[in-house]
This record gives sequence, C-alpha cells and structure tokens, in this order.
Amino acid sequence: MREIQVNEIIDAVEKLSLSANQRLNPDVYQALQAGLAREESQIGKDVLQKLLLNAQVAQEKGMALCQDTGMAVIFCELGQNVHVSGGDLSAAINEGVRRGYRSGYLRNSMVNDPLERVNTGDNTPAVIHYEVVPGEKIKITVAPKGFGSENSSALVMLTPADGEEGVKQFVLSVVEKAGANSCPPLVVGVGLGGSMEKAALLAKHALCRSVGVPNENEKIAALEKELLNSINKLGIGPAGLGGRVTALAVHIETFPTHIAGLPVAVNLSCHALRHAEIIL
Amino acid sequence: MVKKIVTPLTKEMVEDLHAGDLVEISGVIYGARDAAHKRMQALMDAGQALPFEIAASIIYYVGPCPARPGELIGSAGPTTSGRMDSYTPRLLQLGLAGTIGKGKRSPTVIAAMRQYRAVYFGAIGGAGALLASCVRSEKIIAFADLGPEAIRELVVENFPVIVVIDAQGNNLYESEVKKYRQE
Repeated sequence: MREIQVNEIIDAVEKLSLSANQRLNPDVYQALQAGLAREESQIGKDVLQKLLLNAQVAQEKGMALCQDTGMAVIFCELGQNVHVSGGDLSAAINEGVRRGYRSGYLRNSMVNDPLERVNTGDNTPAVIHYEVVPGEKIKITVAPKGFGSENSSALVMLTPADGEEGVKQFVLSVVEKAGANSCPPLVVGVGLGGSMEKAALLAKHALCRSVGVPNENEKIAALEKELLNSINKLGIGPAGLGGRVTALAVHIETFPTHIAGLPVAVNLSCHALRHAEIIL
Repeated sequence: MVKKIVTPLTKEMVEDLHAGDLVEISGVIYGARDAAHKRMQALMDAGQALPFEIAASIIYYVGPCPARPGELIGSAGPTTSGRMDSYTPRLLQLGLAGTIGKGKRSPTVIAAMRQYRAVYFGAIGGAGALLASCVRSEKIIAFADLGPEAIRELVVENFPVIVVIDAQGNNLYESEVKKYRQE
C-alpha cells in the first residue's frame, strides 16, 4: 500500500488548474495552425490567426486563454493500492481548485444553487469523476469546461433501429445548432452506448484525448473521420463566421449497451480543448 | 479596410455600419451579462433609472477574469449573446445602439434592431487574452455583489469586432456560412 499525502494532491490540482487555463496544449496549437493552412475563408483565416496570437499573449502574460475559466471538471483515477492520508481526497481536490483559481486570477464561475444563483466566490465545488483502477498511482486530469460549449451539448436516447445513420444525424444536428456559441473550431466529444449518464461521461472523457488521436477501434476511428468530414462541410467555420474549419477533431468513446438502447451524448469543446493531467 | 469608431454610437454611425464590416471600437462600452440584465430588467419594471446612459451606448456581453497586479483587466472575451435575447428588445427601445457578443440573436431581437436601429457586433469567442489587451480601464459601476457579472464601464482602444447583424437585418452568420456549406 502506497501512501500519498493530501498536500501533494492539493499542490498538483492547483498547478493543473493554472496550466490548463493559461497554456494551449502544443497539439491544439498545431491543430489550429493546420486549420489555418487549409481554411479558405479570409475571415476564418483571420480568426484562426487571432486565436493563435491569443495563446501567445496568454502564455506571455500568465493570463487565462479565455475569461470563462470554466467549471472545474476533474477526472481522478485512483489506484486501489493507494492510501490517501492527511485528509479528505475530495476536499483536497477542491482546495487545489480554490488555490489555483485564486493564484491564477481566474474567474469564479460557480453559483451555489441552480435556482438561487449566488456565486460561491472560489470556483468550487469541482465536479469530480472517480474511477478505481489497479495499481498504486493516482492520475488526475483537470479539464476546465466553459459553458458556451457546454450549453450546446446534448444527449439523445436513440433506438437500435436508428443505428449509425441516426448517430451521425444527431452529432451533425448538435454542431449545426451550436453555431458560433461554442467557439469553433470545435473538438466534438461523442459518447456512444452505456446508460444515459455513462454516455455523457464518455463524451466528456473523449475531450481529454490529444487532438485527433483516433479511437483504437478501427471502425470507430473511421466513423470519427467521416463525421469530421461531414461537420467541416457545414460551413460554420472559425468563430461561426463561415469557412471550412468548423471542427479540429471528433473523438468518440464507446461502451457496451442494452439490447433496447443506443444512447448518444455529444459534448462540445471550444478550440482550446483545455485539459492538463499528472500521475502521482 | 477597418472602420474606426469612437463611442457613443450615434444614429448616423449605426446607419453607416454593414454586416461584414471590420470595426475597431474606441471609447466607453459597458460590460454586462446574464445576472446584470436580470437586475436591469427589475429596475425598469420598478420605473427606476438604469446604472448608465443607455441611449447610443454599446453593451459588451462579458464577465472578465480578475486583473493580475500590474494589469488593467483579466481575460475578457465575449459570452453567448442569445442568453440576453429576452432582455434586449426593451433596452433597444430605450436607445441601446450596439451589442457585442458571439452567436445568433433571436428573430425578435433582430426585428427590434431594425425597428430601433441598432448593430450587433461579433467578437472572437475564446480570444479573451487578446481582447483584454485593448482595454484601457475597467470600473465596476453597478451590482458589485455579482462579482464577474457586475456591470463594468470599460474604456477600450481599437477593440476589434465585426458587424454580424446590421440595422437592415443583414446577417453575416447566415450569408457567410451559406458560402462555405457543401451538401
């Protein structure tokens, strides 16, 4: 049994909150550059250039890439041979978020209650998804989620008869409806199968992948490619102002499902695809 | 060709702005988003004055990050305009001349923009750090308790936007997307 002190977790989450919000991951930067090379719209090119410049300004000044520094969504893979000591694990993760958002001058976007709506003042609580895995390590991913793209995300419970065609139509309809709201070029996370909540979680988790890394299953990888191609024919373009580059990638994750169902969740990410992870 | 304008946004200036125009705004604009609009609506319902002169003004849908020491403001890009649609026609009636945000506006808002003559500008969603560099000062003028959602008076210089919907109802989102759509 390996011991990990909560202080180590607090420090890690603080640092991840900062880096996820202030630095565009290199794969994302490269994907935007590749998008710029193939964009035909002059307005679209200008938008992509400004997004690349934005990443440089943010990094130089230690500023957030976007004012919507998001809801702090955390994936925590907890090795079953780890003993967390010195305090409560969830409290430690929340303390890391609290410190990161304060020290990074990041915006506090959480309200206490969906109807009362009083800002909690420290961007907590985080939304934490735990998974117990073999081993004696902890993997923590901080994926700040802005609500321009979150609000445009959607889930549908299709029937088995709807099949692959139904999946494609639904994904396209979500992207089309989102338009400029989700800050394209997007990365489109898709969760296929499982139960209702499992599909949503798969879609969110798919956004933690590096841009354009295909699903290991060849058939699913082909579907990702086909969907990306279809999405980029919609004409929405960078910032929704028209163009060829509406999405940088489609990431699909799947899970076995019920004989009667075909759940499909689409979780959109803006161009920044913010996530940072560490293995302790 | 970039059109440079200085606020307030007069009737004549509104008529001279067309969908697709690249514009750089200088002068005072007001930052307000969801919760501030709800409060402004309550003030109007109670027959009370709004926190700033609405006639010929521009509202920027923004909730910035806090400023680091030595900086004037934190990241400050646009939020989704559609969430303010239900509040907007009434403000347009009072003379609001421009709004800045991202994403579509409702047919009701567009009809009110044509009726009362106003422009909708798009700023690049996700370019908050870049846009912040055009802000010269930030002052909270109302509803400070709302934190990031308080109303801010922002003095901007060459703040880059594009006219998405003009007072004639021309809509860049529709016309440009159509050009690049492939069936």
